[in-house]
Amino acid sequence: MRTSTTGRVGQYAALLAYLVFLAFPFLWLVSTAFKSPRELGSLHPTWIPRDPTLDNFRQAFDEQPLLRAAGNSLLAASAAAVIAVLIATPLAYVMARRRTWLAKAATGWVVVSQAFPLVLVIIPLFLVLKNLRLINSLVGLVLVYVVWALPFALWMLVGYVRAVPTELEEAAAVDGAGRLRTLVSVTAPLLAPGIVATALFAFITAWNEFFFALVLLKTSDKQTLPVVLTHFIGAEGVADLGPLAAAAFLATLPSLIIFAIIQRRITGGMLAGAVKS
Amino acid sequence: MTLVTATERSAQGAPRAEGDRRPPDRGAWFLVLPALIPILVLSVGPLLYGILLAFTDAQSGRTRATQWIGGLNFQDLLHDTLFWESFRIGLVWAVGVTVPQFLLALGLALLLDQDLKLRWLARALAIIPWAMPEVVVGVMWRLVYNPDAGVLNETLRTLGLGDGRDWLSGLSTALPAVIVVGVWAGMPQTTVTLLAGLQNTPRELHEAAAMDGAGAWRRFRTVTWPALRPVALAITALNFIWNFNSFALVYVLTSGGPGGRTRLPMLFAYEEAFRYGQFGYAAAMGLVMVAVISLLLALFLVGRLRDRTGGDQA
Repeated sequence: MRTSTTGRVGQYAALLAYLVFLAFPFLWLVSTAFKSPRELGSLHPTWIPRDPTLDNFRQAFDEQPLLRAAGNSLLAASAAAVIAVLIATPLAYVMARRRTWLAKAATGWVVVSQAFPLVLVIIPLFLVLKNLRLINSLVGLVLVYVVWALPFALWMLVGYVRAVPTELEEAAAVDGAGRLRTLVSVTAPLLAPGIVATALFAFITAWNEFFFALVLLKTSDKQTLPVVLTHFIGAEGVADLGPLAAAAFLATLPSLIIFAIIQRRITGGMLAGAVKS
Repeated sequence: MTLVTATERSAQGAPRAEGDRRPPDRGAWFLVLPALIPILVLSVGPLLYGILLAFTDAQSGRTRATQWIGGLNFQDLLHDTLFWESFRIGLVWAVGVTVPQFLLALGLALLLDQDLKLRWLARALAIIPWAMPEVVVGVMWRLVYNPDAGVLNETLRTLGLGDGRDWLSGLSTALPAVIVVGVWAGMPQTTVTLLAGLQNTPRELHEAAAMDGAGAWRRFRTVTWPALRPVALAITALNFIWNFNSFALVYVLTSGGPGGRTRLPMLFAYEEAFRYGQFGYAAAMGLVMVAVISLLLALFLVGRLRDRTGGDQA
């Protein structure tokens, strides 16, 4: 297929416009994070800080318990990711391999759960967790995150399971391996990369999550990074721009790094789950 | 599809190990229960409880017992002009984000499907909005929109396009300003999904159409779009729901201001529930949101299915 020269120029112009649109807010965030207070106050802001400084980062850590918040986020996100994947993998296996009513119901739940406004779930959860004394507790948050991460984890994992040829499992069965044995020694190793990708994705969703954390965590020693970030924006919407930018930049780094690593697998898994069902 | 049918066929025919002759539906419980119990207890249960709450006068921090009040919340909602105003804003926002998001993503996906030099960079950059916490996206765009120190006004000043303004506080600019952020935030995921859909289209079809002398537009209409359509429909429907129900982005950008101009239904319900403690009323709002959105989506999907010429299937 040949494209004319004008067509090519048009394509590159469009691509360039997209690149600028995608990149400029992020570059601005990074630039702001390294600016000195004097430059932030300047009426003609520049793209590249004239005298780059780490003061904003220092100030950000002074103003808010960022380290603690990052620790809380790390704890909640890792726990949620591990638990979600541990319990989702077996169910995803059943959903992918069997066409029972249960598998269908689970698939239905995955789809329907995407449509409900979170407020309809969080109010009753709030009441239940309150009775269990799990408000303002990371345990309560992890419970919520596990279920919240499940639909997507199931969706991805079903795709990965379908990609494992049933012939391999049947061959193992012919060789005399029981069902559990087949699962553990044949299917699981083939699924492992997909399981890891799913866990990392669940980690990112929990690391980034805001609404549940906002509602369930009351004191700043328990709050996660996204919630603490909003403390940099004052009640009147006035923000100390430098530290705000610095903290925001730090909060996003883990997700960016993990996501860059697993991005391809995620799309593969999502699409496999979507297209083949 | 084919994979599943192959499984079923071999499940009936292929020789199996001794002691594994039970029907394939049994014995799967130990695989299912670990996920099923949390789903039932923490998702389905609360959802049903939430629906029940919509018919009660449940409030936070009250000593009197909660009472069943039937449809009273819904009657009140019917007359709650603030709620319907926020509902209208929610629809404007959801359509305003979903449509440009889809068109831009489709354009970008088609570009990235071509043999262009910079496409690796576009793919790399697409990770940023996708992986970023919504709170950070909001914070970032506040920096961009900042009336004094923001890059947008500075760019406009440099180009001689006015003296700039406070985009997020302007009554008429706030909603468009947050919509732009919504488009930016959701575009990559849509792009990548569409791109994956494009790459599932057989190359030979394109080449055959090109050999027959079909131009770019004809090729798009007769080859690309029919193949992409199921994926496009699914991602658009999902994007619409996600956008309508979104919270964090606008919470950080404007908190619903100025004067409620960006108060999405979720922000409204959140305030009602967790600032004013009106649990029952807020639950009723959630229920109305689900009902109306389901109805709209059903109409959208039914319309789409009907105008599809028979024969092809999803």
